[in-house]
Amino acid sequence: LSRRCCSRAAGCCRGQTAKSAQCRWNAGSPKDVTYICPFIGPVRGSLTVTNYRLFFRCTDREPVFGLDLPLGALSRVEKIGAATSRGDVSYGLVCKDMRNLRFVHKEPEDSLKKSVFEVLIKFAFPVSNNMSLFAFEYKQVFPENGWKVYDPLAEYKRQGLPNESWRISKVNDHYELCDSYPAALFVPVTITDEELRRVFSFRAKGRIPVLSWIHPESQAAVVRASQPMVGQNGRRCKEDEKLLQAIMDANAQSHKLFIFDARPSVNAAANKMKGGGYESEDAYQNAELVFLDIHNIHVMRESLRKLKEVVYPNIEESHWLSNLESTHWLEHIKLILAGALRIADKVESGKTSVVVHCSDGWDRTPQLTSLALIMLDSHYRTIRGFQILLEKEWLSFGHRFQQRVGHGDRNHTDADRSPIFLQFIDCVWQMTRQFPAAFEFNEYFLITILDHLYSCLFGTFLCNSEQQRLKEEVPKRTVSLWSFVNSQLEEFVNPLYVHYPSHVLFPTVGIRHLQLWVTYYIRWNPRMRPQEPVHQRYKELLAKRAELQKRVEELQREAANRTASSSSERAGSPTRSITPVQTFV
Amino acid sequence: MLSLGSGGAKSTKPSFVSYVTPEEIKSEKDPPKKEKLPDLLPGEVEFCSANPILKYTQDDLSQRGVFGTLFCTNFRVTFISDETPQEKKAKTFKNKLYGENDIPLVCVDHIYGVYDEKRKLITGGLVKNKYPSKMIIHCKDLRVFQFCLRFTKEEDAKKIFQGIAHHCLEEKSLKCVFAFSYMGTPSPGTDLSFCREMQRKQETIMFDSPEDWTQEMKRTKANCRLVIENKNFELSQRLPKYFVIPLAIGDLFSYQGKGLPIWCWSHYSGCALFKASFPPVTQEDGDFQKHLETMINAVAHNYLYSVKTEDLSESLPNIQDIQQSYNKFKQFFLIENSTDFWLSDVKWFSSLESSGWLDIIRQCLQKAVEVVECLEKDNTNVLITEEEGTDLCYVISSLAQIMLDPYYRTLMGFQSLVQKEWVAGCHAFLDRCNHLHQKDKECHSPVFLLFLECVWQLVQQHSPAFQFSETYLTVLSDSVHVPIFSTFLFNSAHHRESVMKAESPLAQSGPLSCPTVWDWSVQFDSKAQNFFYNPLYSEKVKHEKAVRKPHKPKHQRQLSLPSTAFKTPLKKGFFKDETDSLKKMLRVKRLSRWMGSPDSPAATTREFYESWQHRPVDYHGLLLPCLDGPAVRVWMQRYLRWIPEMYILGGGSVAMTTKLMELLSQVQDLKRVLEQRDTSQAAKIDHHPYLQHRLLSFGSSGRLSSSFPFAYTRNRSFKPIIPTGLMQSLMVTDSLASQEDEASSVASFV
Repeated sequence: LSRRCCSRAAGCCRGQTAKSAQCRWNAGSPKDVTYICPFIGPVRGSLTVTNYRLFFRCTDREPVFGLDLPLGALSRVEKIGAATSRGDVSYGLVCKDMRNLRFVHKEPEDSLKKSVFEVLIKFAFPVSNNMSLFAFEYKQVFPENGWKVYDPLAEYKRQGLPNESWRISKVNDHYELCDSYPAALFVPVTITDEELRRVFSFRAKGRIPVLSWIHPESQAAVVRASQPMVGQNGRRCKEDEKLLQAIMDANAQSHKLFIFDARPSVNAAANKMKGGGYESEDAYQNAELVFLDIHNIHVMRESLRKLKEVVYPNIEESHWLSNLESTHWLEHIKLILAGALRIADKVESGKTSVVVHCSDGWDRTPQLTSLALIMLDSHYRTIRGFQILLEKEWLSFGHRFQQRVGHGDRNHTDADRSPIFLQFIDCVWQMTRQFPAAFEFNEYFLITILDHLYSCLFGTFLCNSEQQRLKEEVPKRTVSLWSFVNSQLEEFVNPLYVHYPSHVLFPTVGIRHLQLWVTYYIRWNPRMRPQEPVHQRYKELLAKRAELQKRVEELQREAANRTASSSSERAGSPTRSITPVQTFV
Repeated sequence: MLSLGSGGAKSTKPSFVSYVTPEEIKSEKDPPKKEKLPDLLPGEVEFCSANPILKYTQDDLSQRGVFGTLFCTNFRVTFISDETPQEKKAKTFKNKLYGENDIPLVCVDHIYGVYDEKRKLITGGLVKNKYPSKMIIHCKDLRVFQFCLRFTKEEDAKKIFQGIAHHCLEEKSLKCVFAFSYMGTPSPGTDLSFCREMQRKQETIMFDSPEDWTQEMKRTKANCRLVIENKNFELSQRLPKYFVIPLAIGDLFSYQGKGLPIWCWSHYSGCALFKASFPPVTQEDGDFQKHLETMINAVAHNYLYSVKTEDLSESLPNIQDIQQSYNKFKQFFLIENSTDFWLSDVKWFSSLESSGWLDIIRQCLQKAVEVVECLEKDNTNVLITEEEGTDLCYVISSLAQIMLDPYYRTLMGFQSLVQKEWVAGCHAFLDRCNHLHQKDKECHSPVFLLFLECVWQLVQQHSPAFQFSETYLTVLSDSVHVPIFSTFLFNSAHHRESVMKAESPLAQSGPLSCPTVWDWSVQFDSKAQNFFYNPLYSEKVKHEKAVRKPHKPKHQRQLSLPSTAFKTPLKKGFFKDETDSLKKMLRVKRLSRWMGSPDSPAATTREFYESWQHRPVDYHGLLLPCLDGPAVRVWMQRYLRWIPEMYILGGGSVAMTTKLMELLSQVQDLKRVLEQRDTSQAAKIDHHPYLQHRLLSFGSSGRLSSSFPFAYTRNRSFKPIIPTGLMQSLMVTDSLASQEDEASSVASFV
């Protein structure tokens, strides 16, 4: 799947790369490089490295073997062993997208030529080499400008905001109070900006409770924040208490407020030692605190590492299930989905407003709020709605993409890296499995997002916050992923989509219903690939429907003609020779 | 509905407290009490009944339930609620023989009694004196029923408990099976659906006449011999009435009914698949060897003198292993309450693995692929053997045929295959399914279910290649435990015939005729039967069909030897046959050992699979399953359909099917309009019947549950199922868990 997408994306940028620095390594004969494929064995061919991607091709095989990956997907490039007596160098590439590659070639005689290894190190990790990411070089023009997809005010307006209970606050307009929050914040009208300023100092990193989503009927709100800085002494902040009370009061349907702390209670308590903590029920009356037991970024990173061990390159058949269980990956998915389900249930069934936070409110919190929002609001299940959701909950509210992914950074052991966003997309995928007709997008859309999370071709996932992106002029200097996506929507549409505007989705979170996302995590294993890619079938079905609609129109036109000139006789029918419609899917 | 307080699974106090005394209930419910009786089937007789019995509602944490009467008849255990059924929703998928509160007697798997908070498995000994306060029935179709006997008068409770235990658990004779009392109306009028049914039924080839076999041999271009000498079971009572053997077999009677290679299917190249039981063991070891050699030789003669043999008793788990594994496996789905469910959810994957059930499925499919590879790639004959030759042989041969022959992937083709291999082939259904509750555990084994499981794996991996749906397979697996169909009641053709002749209920009405399971109208009306069809089935295009009708192009043998590699051995082989039989013998032996050889058949089948995978998709050609770890899955529909925690409201495959149906019906409507216009214009009637998709109507409900069409969510308020006990679930013990999120989180002190 990704191979296609990469080559397409790369095709778009070919003109650009030719102009900018492009290093080509071809060492005389094109058969000099061997790719050691874990599935089909060594393959000899030519290797090309540009400032955007790595391209390996072997033409004397049937079918032609090609490998094409953006350098952004590399997390680690290392030499394996010393040069052998025959002068072979061997090096391994560890990729962020669940595969490892290994190449062997002869050390070039010509010492003037840079080795592939050096070129790779240089261009795979531009940030470490004080160069800019490829996204800043990429100048492809798309018919649509994806940077215009998300307009915060328009999105809040869609939710009916501002209204009599919620107002927009300009207090963070220049990101002075919280540099990881967006400029536009929605807060209860009863709280003044002055009071808000005090709350900023009470919440970790200044991430105060602000509105994320409001229920169109019950006015129950989903509010996100970071942990309160309670500390060991049980510090209190009366403005914070007032803010939470105001959030509860803004919803007339309920006299209760639920605070969901995403962490396990032990960890939340441990945070008190470091100045953080959680809301005590004494200080926040009418509030009920619930811990959701989701583990931190380090546990998640380790879980994914184990998962990669289990699925790549080979799957141990006899112990597959227990190996899978030992990674805990699906258990984490279950906990996150279960947390989001509880939030959505409180909002929908309980008509109660909720506050969601973890420690800093930029990892587990966006996972939970965005999943709950997908369950609650069908708009976020459309292609554009989902883009808005990502722009809002993840990008504008400062999920630290740069840190978590480590774009262009060679420090692969960085403890700040963690597959939080991948985990969220996995949860969405689980929901699309359970509700195959409820989402406008298909699996390929989700995989495309993940591929470009790493590719650094688009500016969308660069930087850590809205403020940084503005400072770096990312929207001006780079192309948005949504420009690319929205210019070829037909690729990403789920043909089975039915738009039920008012349906709330409550997924089943039992592990019996969760599956490993084979088409993502194990997609490099050729044996796990379906004979016919799924989205190909979808496209055929869509084409079928289009054909059908065209025929309907043709018919109607003809019928109209006939009534207009009922006596006139037509010679031949254009639709006479239509072959029976087949279902291919 | 009465709430009876709460009783967690672990509470040590009485599990429920009644706020309503039985007397109160009685006085409330007295007047209409005795009116409710089950609608008895023709021939069904009531044994005993008790009232009031509380049936717990499964889909609830609290111990709530419904009061009603429990009956035991010669067909089933049935519960009739005292409550007037609230505006009975017209179920789209209603079984005519038994409803949601009916348990056919042979469908009962285990009965547990709760005595003083202790759950005990009811066996013969426990029945006598005490009766439990609560009775839990586990069914073979994985339903779980819980009845409370506390509110019933002691003698009634005792009677119903003992009655049910007796009729469900005690060993009985075949005569007691309901099929012999059932007097189903053989001709339910002449309504249209029935006529259609008859047509459908006729399409399933029963393989009970020489013509059926001749036809099948013709279809596959088999060059074998039909044996009719066993018509009256003179050769052997264990052998089918009619069967097909290689031409080279001489004297049939010397085989004593054992070790005869029996033909299953011929590949278009001419090679064929045979199955055999072990030759009779005699005193002399040499005899056995000699017999084996004649057997192999006869098969080799069929085509090109090449044969591969595979002893399935050696390479696959035996029927007891299968039984044990399934017993473990099914426990994960017999869920009695929510707490159990979430507890078992935590260790789901490792428990699955420890049951070994999926691994057995994988092994069977793997073996079938090996057989397919021999036939398709190497064009050698294959002989599979097994001690009895009627269990795993059938699993493997049927699977291989489904993979190779698209005809068996149609609904009628599949039913014919089951008839051919399993029913006519004398699979010991009666013993394997344990319909009679025999104490001898050796011979029970869910072999047929294992086969259906393997087919399900193929269906879920290549759904467009199959005309039938997973619902069909699920219903078929349930029907095994409906004691009405002759299909699953006997151990062999001889058994069937002798019993049917003897057991005629009324002497004057001739031999007893039970319906076959393929007469689906006995269980479902034609609307419900639409669920058996896969809307995604990619049917063969019309013109190809026309060609296929008289003879399938695939089976034109003359055209099918294109590769030069095979031409030389062909001549050589024949030549050698004339001159040097010893050498030929050696070659055969060498080949025969190849299949089990250590140079890893798995590796070569891997290659075989990969080369097949690279070919363009052909749903009407060879079909191979992917067998890597994640590809072999649990048959969700069958195993999760009764577990309320697993229901996805508004989701599941139903949601997709509904949408697909809509699309397809649009296509059909349009085509109809087009055709009408065509005919009206040119006054020419198009005779080809156009592609008919059986459209399902799901009623108006837009939000069906994923368990549709089996379990219905009754009055369930639209609430999510929040898991309990998540805390225990994930004990991450390493230091990572306690680490701070931010590596550089000094800032948070500020």
